[in-house]
Amino acid sequence: MDRLNKRIAHFSAAPVLILLVAFFVAPLLVIGIYSIMPQKSFSLLAVPDFSSYNAIFVQGYLKSLFWSLVLAFSSTVLLFLLCWPLAYAMAKVFNRFTLIITIAVVVSLFVSENIRLFGWLLTLMKGGLIEGMLRHYTGVGFEGALYNVPIIIFGLVYVYFPFMLFPLMQGIAMIPEDTRQAAFDLGATRWQVLREIELPLATPGIVVGTLLSFVLAAGALAESKLLGGQTVIVLADDIETAFTYGQNWPLGSALSMLLIMIIATIAVFGISRVDIDTIMGRKQS
Amino acid sequence: MSDPILQLKNIRKNFGAFEAIKDISLDIEEGEFLTIVGPSGSGKTTLIRLMVGMDEPSTGEIWLRNERIEKLPANKRPTCMVFQSLALFPHRSVGENIEFSLKIRGVGSEMRREKALELLDLLRLPQSYYGKRIHECSGGERQRVALARALAFDPEILFFDEPLSALDYRLRKTLEKELKALHEKTGKTFVYITHSLEEAMVMSDRIAIMKAGVFEQIDPAREIYSRPVSRFVAEFMGEVNLIPFKVEDNGLVGPGEIMLSESVKKDISGKLKKANATHGTIVVRPEFITFGKDKRADFSVGGQVLQDYELGSRIQYEVEAIGMDVVTVEKLRVDMFDGKPGDQCTLSWAMSDCHLIVGE
Repeated sequence: MDRLNKRIAHFSAAPVLILLVAFFVAPLLVIGIYSIMPQKSFSLLAVPDFSSYNAIFVQGYLKSLFWSLVLAFSSTVLLFLLCWPLAYAMAKVFNRFTLIITIAVVVSLFVSENIRLFGWLLTLMKGGLIEGMLRHYTGVGFEGALYNVPIIIFGLVYVYFPFMLFPLMQGIAMIPEDTRQAAFDLGATRWQVLREIELPLATPGIVVGTLLSFVLAAGALAESKLLGGQTVIVLADDIETAFTYGQNWPLGSALSMLLIMIIATIAVFGISRVDIDTIMGRKQS
Repeated sequence: MSDPILQLKNIRKNFGAFEAIKDISLDIEEGEFLTIVGPSGSGKTTLIRLMVGMDEPSTGEIWLRNERIEKLPANKRPTCMVFQSLALFPHRSVGENIEFSLKIRGVGSEMRREKALELLDLLRLPQSYYGKRIHECSGGERQRVALARALAFDPEILFFDEPLSALDYRLRKTLEKELKALHEKTGKTFVYITHSLEEAMVMSDRIAIMKAGVFEQIDPAREIYSRPVSRFVAEFMGEVNLIPFKVEDNGLVGPGEIMLSESVKKDISGKLKKANATHGTIVVRPEFITFGKDKRADFSVGGQVLQDYELGSRIQYEVEAIGMDVVTVEKLRVDMFDGKPGDQCTLSWAMSDCHLIVGE
């Protein structure tokens, strides 16, 4: 019976497995092989020379990597600080209002990211919605708010808001109301309850939200391009250039591998740090 | 008598138009074990939340010794509650759970550990449990951890919100007795709420019966059992027979063919008249009714045994008394009814074993 069940399980997992191999593992493998090919080669069969990896260190791509990580990190921290109170209210305080916020946030996802960013561009640029109106009515203008690092971070926070908000909300909803009350009852202040009870018990949500936001932001391209006006170059930008204008697929592949490696390390580290079963007090089987 | 430790003065609590607590006043004495009993929806949980500080009363005052506390939040009150769900911290070990309040106060780890181990001893948990995870503990052990955590806080009053209700019968019985012993050992004031009267009777010094936001009666268990002030209390306290009487022009009238001795007739109608009431109810517990006509009996009625139920040490009979509701009789095995269901019988009991509720 057990063996039969196992066979059925294997059988029913097969389609997903095939899809994963064909569309996830195989391309990754191709990228991996390209990354060790000689620069500018279009063949997968040349003699590997790892020259692209060398180029990363020599040609200043580390700076782009640095910016990618800094932008991802700061936007993730900001997202967490912004989303926690709202997620908290949605999980614990609001009733029907939660649904309205959820719908509002989800609806914004129906419009493509690029178009929404263009919307901000028109709003914030010199002569745009804000500055243009101000100049029209007061006669006083200012340089637009665009083309700097903070506005890129703003863009990232804006675009990845749902990816932090909903996991956090889920995490906060998992905190049993009684444990909070019990901690208060035992003399804890609001801050102590947050530190000792709420943050640890919401960890699964925090980890998921943080990882999602960070991973997505580290690979983001449009924010720095559109809002940042290429004040800073991020790694994803370099990857795109390498594959298109540069026609240097091995370099693009090597840069991709670098980003994938860093993000995978962070993700694996993050996930291994939380044992969801222990946090939630469930029995391990 | 010393001053009460906790005083409720004219407490009311409304949720919108619904009045959950209707003008409750209560003095809780230092060191007593008070249990508030009521069916679900009676407002007992609301009341305990007000006393603990998780909610504010709409009107009224709460005094803890000489301090007015009804607006004080739970974390500023020197009282503590054991939750129905226990509300243990699943991400902390047994030791860390117990030490929580000490850590909050900034007590050093050595002293915290010492106190936690002491409490593990007091609650008869092995010291090796200190590092155990909560999910590794059984239901009864978790109860003890929750209790230890509350005691570590060293509260002036320890509140309990039905913590035993989720346990199986035998474990509950054991823990009830342990709780009573713990109360004696610690000398603390315990306020306990439950819907189970059985639980209340085993443990409490006083029981407060609550119904629809008011107290019906606050008395020691024995008093509540033998002298209930209302039909509600009488019925809440387990099996009981309630026999209505009324005063008419030609004297006291009971249901069906119930026979009363002349002296009792005079006694009851006298009491009703004195209270200016036309109605009264005689409360008689099943164990006080005997089969057969007793010479000393003040009440007697004929009937037919409908059914018998084995209760273990006792046997319960349902008797259809002529012209009355079904009368419940319980007899010890040694005094069991000499017959079988369907047989005719006579029931009798004495006024001294009854209690008269005037006006209901």
